[in-house]
Amino acid sequence: MTTVQEQQRIQTQFQEKMNQDELLNCMRCGFCLPTCPTYIESGYQESHSPRGRIALMKAVVDGLIEPDEDFERSLDLCLGCRACEPVCPSGVNYGHLLEEARDIVNQNKKFSMPVRVVRKAVFKGLFPHQNRMRGLTGLIGFYQRSGLQKVARGTGVMKLFPESIATMEKVLPKVPTMKEMKNRPEHLEAIGTKTHKVAFFSGCLMDTMFLETNNATMKLLQLAGCEIVIPKTQACCGALHGHSGEKEDAKALARRNIKAFEDDGVDFIITNAGGCGAFLIDYDHLLKDDPEWKERALAFADKIKDISQILVEVGFHEKVKLELPHQVITYQDSCHLRNVMKTASAPRTLLKAINGVEFREMQNADRCCGSAGIYNIVESEMSMQLLDSKMVQAKATHATTIVTANPGCLLQMKLGIEREGLASSMRGVHIVDLLVEAVKE
Amino acid sequence: MLTATVKEKIISVVSAANFDDTKTGRLVYSYDATPNFQSMPDGVVSPRNKEEVSEIVKICNEYKIPIVPRGSGTNLCAGTCPTEGGIVLLFKHMNKILEVDEENLTATVQPGVVTLDLINAVESKGLFFPPDPGSMKISTIGGNINENSGGLRGLKYGVTRDYVIGLEAVLPNGDIIRTGGKLAKDVAGYDFTRLFVGSEGTLGIVTEAILKLIPVPETKQTMLALYQDLEAAAKSVSKIIASKIIPATLEFLDQPTLRVVEDFAKIGLPTDVKAVLLIEQDGPPEVVQRDMARIAEVCKEEKAVSVKVAQSEAEAEGLRTARRSALSALARLKPTTILEDATVPRSEIARMVNAINEIAVKYDLNICTFGHAGDGNLHPTCPTDSRNHEEMERVEKAFAEIFEKAIEFGGTITGEHGVGVMKAPYLELKLGKEGVAAMKAVKAALDPNNIMNPGKIFAKDSRKRVVVSR
Repeated sequence: MTTVQEQQRIQTQFQEKMNQDELLNCMRCGFCLPTCPTYIESGYQESHSPRGRIALMKAVVDGLIEPDEDFERSLDLCLGCRACEPVCPSGVNYGHLLEEARDIVNQNKKFSMPVRVVRKAVFKGLFPHQNRMRGLTGLIGFYQRSGLQKVARGTGVMKLFPESIATMEKVLPKVPTMKEMKNRPEHLEAIGTKTHKVAFFSGCLMDTMFLETNNATMKLLQLAGCEIVIPKTQACCGALHGHSGEKEDAKALARRNIKAFEDDGVDFIITNAGGCGAFLIDYDHLLKDDPEWKERALAFADKIKDISQILVEVGFHEKVKLELPHQVITYQDSCHLRNVMKTASAPRTLLKAINGVEFREMQNADRCCGSAGIYNIVESEMSMQLLDSKMVQAKATHATTIVTANPGCLLQMKLGIEREGLASSMRGVHIVDLLVEAVKE
Repeated sequence: MLTATVKEKIISVVSAANFDDTKTGRLVYSYDATPNFQSMPDGVVSPRNKEEVSEIVKICNEYKIPIVPRGSGTNLCAGTCPTEGGIVLLFKHMNKILEVDEENLTATVQPGVVTLDLINAVESKGLFFPPDPGSMKISTIGGNINENSGGLRGLKYGVTRDYVIGLEAVLPNGDIIRTGGKLAKDVAGYDFTRLFVGSEGTLGIVTEAILKLIPVPETKQTMLALYQDLEAAAKSVSKIIASKIIPATLEFLDQPTLRVVEDFAKIGLPTDVKAVLLIEQDGPPEVVQRDMARIAEVCKEEKAVSVKVAQSEAEAEGLRTARRSALSALARLKPTTILEDATVPRSEIARMVNAINEIAVKYDLNICTFGHAGDGNLHPTCPTDSRNHEEMERVEKAFAEIFEKAIEFGGTITGEHGVGVMKAPYLELKLGKEGVAAMKAVKAALDPNNIMNPGKIFAKDSRKRVVVSR
């Protein structure tokens, strides 16, 4: 609950910090409405649409309304999927508006003690520190390997957790060992003729829990003729912080990453997580008010490219023979890969190039699955509603493999498969894992 | 403000879940797609059926509370901006396609159905609902009916009015009436169906509609013709029609628009040409082939510098991009985009576009014109900034002059957007004093307490629009 004083502070900061030109750029045409998952799922409530949210932000700036609980609710329920941006005739950068608004609200809000502790532990204590990420993943590994998992499931203790977490526990990948996580390459040569020198952004979660996917990514890059450097000093991209109203922490991580990748003389910086890539490619906006870093951020952002994009550009799918046993596959877009990095056709091109595979487009593949960072934990109800709609479409394709391009989406898809009781007939995979599986050397 | 009694009565009809008078809840229905109009309603009500609509209307009539029916709020004449407060009526529960009747070729729908959803639903049965306003992905049929929306297919297929053959409506006294039916012929009394279509929510509330459908055309072809001369483009339009060909699409872009579009979309449009026509024909393959060949001939005879017929759907899509990007390209230039729809007989298009360009020079404004050349419905569009009051004054004057010119050429102040609040001060230009008085008499007869979307269509005074009102 925000107090009157908090509301006044928020209002003043909205007037000082929100980009008024951007707010005014929204001409309220409503073209964003049909693309907004929360507008549709809330039963067409304008307050849960991009146009509504922008109008509310502007109304706070103009003093027409106070930033009360209803206002916060509207901001909180936004997935930040940014599906509204590509369809906006005026090109309003909604993502930036949302980020700024959330930052102002959160910085002026007194969270309850437990929430504060959790936020601090996650945003400051965990994600910025790769060794601690390894530690946590190690704990999960211990849980999975020690027999504790069996015990937990057997005793039904998982029932004490909210449904999405309880199911999530089942779908976590089998995590790597501590040794595997520590022993990471820093430089890899191209296989065959070298076409590019690239850097690999390994990410925090990707280089621990999804280590295998990172290995697969590097393998594909090598096969595509890329020499790879993997700077050791890189850190978490900061997306989680940025999207949750912890902008200063995000900036600190951005500076660290820019520095880590600056001197390698690479053509591109490759990512394999749409969520991270979209945040990295926006570093120049994040640091726009920092004269010392602005230019460096832009140079960094210009080099960001998704793995699927570079593979298509170098003709990987034409050079390397790809084959799998016959199966129907479908692809769920990563919202940020599609809407921010504008990469939608490359993953499909690659999947269609696999022999033996029948690719079937799922209806509304471009609509958010409800994962959205930590959204599926903090807004579990809406997230599960979105997931249920998603699974209806996925099932309609009769696909046995759902491919995604981002770890959050992947876990959510696995969650969906588990919830539908389809674990024996359907699987969720990251695109690079499927491609490596299909490589015939 | 709604009194506690009124609030209680409304809630007893629709339940608390369908009544919202929080500040946030009201703010998001204080605007529509019209620049510079915003006004808070006192409450937002979402009825679930016609009986509830009728009960709400009765309450509002008793307490003289304005009612503003609202679909998705995409109209461009401030028709759904609650300028006099009152309640905004939403149709989010009344959004079902009740029936697609393949024997009578009709669809029966509730007002909240999204236009594109209806189009898709009937096309899956090989049927066609032609009205396609620019906002069809989210606009509702109820909104289309109340604004009598047009679209790109208007020339050949007509507008919303031509496809509404029956209505169920709640009158301002709460009576529920039915008009028309699944009938091609029906002359039983006044044509209330047509009266309600385009009435902008000022006469009653549409709660159900019977729509006419036609068979879906078999094929379609697309062509782009470029001109060095505006008159030549306009003459091509007239000559195509004079050749007894009615194209499905006949769209026009002028040079200022072309430059902006190319700058934005980078699709290789030559910016040194003065005008572009996008032409489409649909129907049986042999007819389409023949018509397109003839159209291409006409365009060349009229000195088109280039005529390009798309060889594939992908290429057709590319050609359409030019027209489709027009709004996006213009909207990005400046924060405020004033988009009008002055319409003239198609024989007057060249004169009208020239007049618009002269007016733009006179008031030192950037006005780009594109639109539906085939039906004379132009969209002079002015990218501006509502914070620049001096410029807004000039925009105001320029558009007033554009409307006057349109009338002078035998046209109208609005072809498809509606009058609303935005163009109410200009209605008399088109109708004359007597015409306005006759329309007001109809309004007063059906809605003596003036509760139905008050302040729309008829201006309170001759004060011109545009200036911000809260």
